Amino acid sequence: MAQRAGAIGGPVASGAVFVLILAALVAVTSKADWPVRFDASDWAVLRFTVWQAVLSAVLSVAFAIPVARALARRRFAGRGALVTLLGAPFILPVIVAVLGILTVFGRAGWISQTLGNFGLPPISIYGLQGVVLAHVFFNMPLATRLILQGWQAIPAEQYRLVGQLGLPARTVFQTLEWPMLRQVVPGALALIFVICLTSFAVALTLGGGPRATTIELAIYQAFRFDFDLGRAAILSLLQLVVAGTAAALALWILPPLVLQSGLDRPLVRWDARGLTHRLLDAGWIGAAALFLLLPLGAVAVSGAIGLGQMPSSVWAATWTSTWVAVLSTVLLVVMALPVAAWLGQSAKGSAEAITLLGLAASPLMIGTGWFILIYPVANPQSFALPVTAMVNAMMALPFAVRILVPGMRQSFADYGRLSRALGVKGFAMWRIVLLPRIRPRLGFAAGLGAAMSVGDLGVVTLFADPEVATLPLQMYRLMGSYRTEAASGAALLLLALALGLFWVCDNWGRHAER
Amino acid sequence: MLSVEELIIEQGDFILRADFEIEAGARVAVLGPSGAGKSTLLGAIGGYVPLAKGRVVVNARDVSGAPPDQRDIAMLFQDGNLFPHLTLAQNVGLGLRPALRLTKAETAQVREALARVGLAGFEHRKPGDVSGGQQSRAALARMLIQARPLMLLDEPFSALGPALRSEMLELTSEVARDAGATVIMITHDPKDAERASDQIVFVDAGQAHAPRAVADIMADPPEALRAYLGV
Repeated sequence: MAQRAGAIGGPVASGAVFVLILAALVAVTSKADWPVRFDASDWAVLRFTVWQAVLSAVLSVAFAIPVARALARRRFAGRGALVTLLGAPFILPVIVAVLGILTVFGRAGWISQTLGNFGLPPISIYGLQGVVLAHVFFNMPLATRLILQGWQAIPAEQYRLVGQLGLPARTVFQTLEWPMLRQVVPGALALIFVICLTSFAVALTLGGGPRATTIELAIYQAFRFDFDLGRAAILSLLQLVVAGTAAALALWILPPLVLQSGLDRPLVRWDARGLTHRLLDAGWIGAAALFLLLPLGAVAVSGAIGLGQMPSSVWAATWTSTWVAVLSTVLLVVMALPVAAWLGQSAKGSAEAITLLGLAASPLMIGTGWFILIYPVANPQSFALPVTAMVNAMMALPFAVRILVPGMRQSFADYGRLSRALGVKGFAMWRIVLLPRIRPRLGFAAGLGAAMSVGDLGVVTLFADPEVATLPLQMYRLMGSYRTEAASGAALLLLALALGLFWVCDNWGRHAER
Repeated sequence: MLSVEELIIEQGDFILRADFEIEAGARVAVLGPSGAGKSTLLGAIGGYVPLAKGRVVVNARDVSGAPPDQRDIAMLFQDGNLFPHLTLAQNVGLGLRPALRLTKAETAQVREALARVGLAGFEHRKPGDVSGGQQSRAALARMLIQARPLMLLDEPFSALGPALRSEMLELTSEVARDAGATVIMITHDPKDAERASDQIVFVDAGQAHAPRAVADIMADPPEALRAYLGV
């Protein structure tokens, strides 16, 4: 049998990721005090972590169902743009969104000010409600896309039949929509639950304190404030068990992550023509659009004002973030290509398993582990940025693989036989067949990875000394010292950087030769 | 030239047996009802379908375990014979150099091959920019340049209209003659078989029968072939 593309590189890259995570785990375990004991505050952290994830998942999906239904059965100008906007949270830096949410919903935010005009007290979004609000902001669009996919998977012929028979909305719901929702909703709930379990940046900025600390945040606090490696280790193990168990249980119902597809394709519908239905749908769509656009608009407005207020450290951080993101994206592509080629030729389901690994692994656990490993031999702070780039690449890997595998599968199905007939193999196989075929997907995956890396506020918070910062970290520091205008300027810059990096990569992919 | 020795192919419940020889320079049509195993037979000879038993011998060399590109065989499939993202010249060039690093002389050779099949000046077109017939011509140009002693055709022209199809069969015969190659081609149409081949391998009920001269077999078709032809 001739050597197949990715047959060596795939296992090697997967193995490398596995070893990197395992090494961190071993290092963490070695620092934990045995036997492991959890005290009351640990249980409180665990309870909060699970509770906020449950609330976030349920609210995101509950909000997403009517929005997805409205989007599925209405056609209006700007529908395509709105569906595209639903994909934006994937590349939106968390800290930027948090600042936008604070600008709208915070104590001194737009809504609180309006309430103040009527003599009402301001609203507070620190704590559980803030964490859940931010999680819903990020995951409601994801849920909407997943559920909209379900709606659009219902064959058009069935709706034609509905129109011909003049079935009322209630009957349509019972016969067509409810069975679909029963298939799609559990997967969406599970996915969002797992994503929120390992959430860090949101909890760091909007949570905190004994009543609103996630496990991930507790690892950071044990590490950064107390430098208690033993406790950080115990919490890391707890995180691994909780997220790993949840992800393993969720594996069977995780939906396929379709990030780009014909979701903007409108469908002619003949049901739900009544005025009430139309007003309701318009209301849901308007509310969702407002909920997503207001914080983004807030960042743009206050950011434009704050651009002039930024200290020079912001520019240094911008440069740092850029090269960390580029390095991270290169690492991502080098790992993702062979893994995707390998999985593209193996049984289905393997790609799902690797996604699971990525979702369950906690960046702060990996960061803590590598800090422990580097600490005896060198100053970990000097490795802050390379480790950040590596962890970012590993975190984006499951998404990239998920995006690339279907393209690889298709390429092998369509051109594997021809390649074998002509003896195109090895590096030539990559250059002549695979890369040109998957270029659009590769560009999209790389763009996603670059944007995720540039916006990441995670492992870098563990390592960085005061001199070095990525742009999100610098922004967080500005927010921490109440320099809100400068932080807003940095947020706008970060947003532009994330979108710009995504655009450069995605645009490269779109210019594939067909 | 080609001998298929006590071949058995198993695909689930389906079993195909074949045991025959084909002489050098012959033009052989493989005829039979759909699902009889014609494509499977060619796939096994070409190295795409694993053998349960038996040997495939090309020019006295046992190639049963060899990968498809090392069997001295060139093959065209029903579809997907060209990479859509490569130019016609690149697609043809792959027949010379699978890594596509061509010398000047080889590039000239590619141009000649394209001219030979009537595609002079089409070097830089992509398959999507030319007609189905021109795509077939480009694929034939690659076969010409591959210069393998055995050519297998799994109905590559079935999507073309009757006139174009017979034109392509004619061109195939010319290309094979130029390259001095033996041709085995699958067809549904007995007229195609009569026009473009000297011998017929009839495949039916899990058995590929030894080749017989076209005039011979058509004059006195066996029972199963009679049923297939409807005569």
